[in-house]
Amino acid sequence: MSVKKHRRLIIPTAALAVLGLALTGCTGDTAGGNKADTECADYDAYGSFDAGTEVNVYGTILEVEADRLQESWKDFETCTGIDVVYEGSAEFEEQINVRVQGGNPPDLGITPQPGLVADLARAGALLPAPQAVADNVEKFWSDDWAGYGTVDGKLVGAPLMASVKGYVWYSPSTFTDKGWEVPTTLDELSDLTAEIATTETKPWCVGFASGVATGWPGTDWVEDFVLRQSGPDVYDQWVTHEIPFNDPAIAEALDAVGSFIKEPANVNGGLGAVNSIATTEFGDAGLPVLDGTCAMHHQATFYEGFWPEGTEVAPDGDVWAFILPGTEADANAVTGGGEIVAAFSDSEETVAVQTYLSSDTWANNRVSLGGVISANTGLDPANASSDLLSASVEILQNPDTTFRFDASDLMPGAVGAGSFWKGMVDWIGGKSTAETLDFIEGTWPE
Amino acid sequence: MTTTDLIGKIIQVVVGLAAFAAVLGLILFFIDRAPKKGRDVIQLVAFVLPAMILVAVGLVYPAIRTTITAFGDKAGNFIGLDNFVWMFTQPEALITLRNTVVWVILVPLVSTIVGLAYAVFIDKSRGERVYKALVFMPLAISFVGAGIIWKFVYEYRPAETDQIGLLNQVLVWFGQEPVLWLQSDPINTLLLIVVLIWVETGFAMVVLSASIKGVPIEQLEAAELDGTNAWQRFRNVTLPSIRGGLVVVVTTITIATLKVFDIVRTMTGGNFNTSVVANEMYTQAFRAVQPGRGAALALILFVMVLPIVIYNVRIMRQQKEIR
Repeated sequence: MSVKKHRRLIIPTAALAVLGLALTGCTGDTAGGNKADTECADYDAYGSFDAGTEVNVYGTILEVEADRLQESWKDFETCTGIDVVYEGSAEFEEQINVRVQGGNPPDLGITPQPGLVADLARAGALLPAPQAVADNVEKFWSDDWAGYGTVDGKLVGAPLMASVKGYVWYSPSTFTDKGWEVPTTLDELSDLTAEIATTETKPWCVGFASGVATGWPGTDWVEDFVLRQSGPDVYDQWVTHEIPFNDPAIAEALDAVGSFIKEPANVNGGLGAVNSIATTEFGDAGLPVLDGTCAMHHQATFYEGFWPEGTEVAPDGDVWAFILPGTEADANAVTGGGEIVAAFSDSEETVAVQTYLSSDTWANNRVSLGGVISANTGLDPANASSDLLSASVEILQNPDTTFRFDASDLMPGAVGAGSFWKGMVDWIGGKSTAETLDFIEGTWPE
Repeated sequence: MTTTDLIGKIIQVVVGLAAFAAVLGLILFFIDRAPKKGRDVIQLVAFVLPAMILVAVGLVYPAIRTTITAFGDKAGNFIGLDNFVWMFTQPEALITLRNTVVWVILVPLVSTIVGLAYAVFIDKSRGERVYKALVFMPLAISFVGAGIIWKFVYEYRPAETDQIGLLNQVLVWFGQEPVLWLQSDPINTLLLIVVLIWVETGFAMVVLSASIKGVPIEQLEAAELDGTNAWQRFRNVTLPSIRGGLVVVVTTITIATLKVFDIVRTMTGGNFNTSVVANEMYTQAFRAVQPGRGAALALILFVMVLPIVIYNVRIMRQQKEIR
């Protein structure tokens, strides 16, 4: 063969080779578990399926969390023969609409916003929850939680995992050294803040920046204060727009938040003045707690994973957290988040997976793998991977706890993922409470 | 997906492509054998039709759909001009429009002038290629990359700690307080504009430099013999000769500026009064789930681009007639 002929072949061959190599990256050859080695008793009820039966699951969970999620149903896959294929996406909230409209929905969707679940259900995309799932919800979830998976009186899905928001992170050793005490009421928190402000330490460090979602940590602050100051009824009315966004109750909450973090004396430990809050990354914002440049940081349980390696998270460790107190001591209202598993398909294998995910078996399996908790009442708090998570499970399982879902996840996207965030950024940048709330109210879709 | 699945899929793709090629070959074969009478027409249709179909499906249909969406609400019900009313009455939306206008005026103007001046000054100098490469390089960086680089330049740290942003470090060297640049309205919009100018100047410079090299040397010499100075030669000989190049540069940059999205999204996310139409369009359509408003913004963008494209085409046609 002449060189010229050779050359003709080289490029297509090379291109094919590159394509082939690139595509091998798409495969995830996981060795299937051996049925004989696996304890299958727990999974008998789900039946047995032909090899190659697939269920597609689509959600927002990524990276390590996604690996653990897949690990959590490995035995289930081995015993039932169902292949659960998970796909995670950072653009889930936008892409799920695209996939549904394009006629290519997944079998199951794991959605962290009940508001979005409601939109999908009203558009007719979601199927009602099968009886087995409904039974599990009845058995393992409180009415509050069941409500987040219910649209217009019909259950569409069971909750999955949970997180508790409204924790205030602090350093126990700094508190002991300076003789500060963990406050039990909001007034005490105010006094403590004022006391710390007189020292060299700044009471609070705060960061609202989070790329295109900048502003959401601010919404968590407001939600916590609405729930604690005005109670769950006002909170629910606020979420469903029975009271306007610029209602006096909300203004009171925002002003209260302002008294903590919009005062130059109170922020922003080592990070700048009040206006630096809008550009401080939420992940970095709490770190000054460790070296004592600031005393407290408000963030959900997941912040445990943000401390540098080697940080001991314990009541007597480097950092620990207390729940943002209520107006009175021993208040029991907390905000939090979670996911809803809803089905786009009613095939037998999809029902089996959906049922398994709503069971106590799954909750214990997943929580044992670490990093998260669930509000499933069948969950053994001892399975939680850290002291903080065990404490959170106890809060969630306590029948006296008033739990409310993150309001911004329940509101329509235009507000909850739009003007509420933007409003918080503008507010911390100097806009008045009234102006901010009027702006957000004006964007509420009819 | 396992390796066997993958091989199966690759085979599917190969078979599909082969079938496509076979069908295409067959069609071409029959066109070639078309009856003599009307063969021209048949051939014309056969070759133009696929392109027309693609344009219709990929461009015309979406444009019509977007237009219809722009007059509807969230559920698609017709609501007349409400979305446009919103756009021209909401203070937030008005700021977006104002910013876009500022961008469209400043970016093409400054990058063309700077690019032209630079091209003229380095023309025929020693090391011209190196100078060109230096200014051209930012064009090779994606807008997101450029946004991240400049975000670091504008980065803020409190006065008592070390600065990591160049701009604030310079301020500190001169004994000033560091500034939260990206939050300082209205200067933050100008700072974002600098990024696009930085990118587009290279483009303007390369195109204009090539045009300058195409100016007939005889005309320049004739002008010199007539006793003109350098400025007069530039003004009366070079400039008219490179008019075509200038139009291309200005219109291309203007269109790129109207579409700017990445820089704003990476650097401020549209916060602090820096949003522009393209960014707001995406936010409204996909985050806020207000497709009507998103489509209305897209329509406005289209209307703003249209005259520029028409002007561009007209100038091109004139030039062709001269030649």
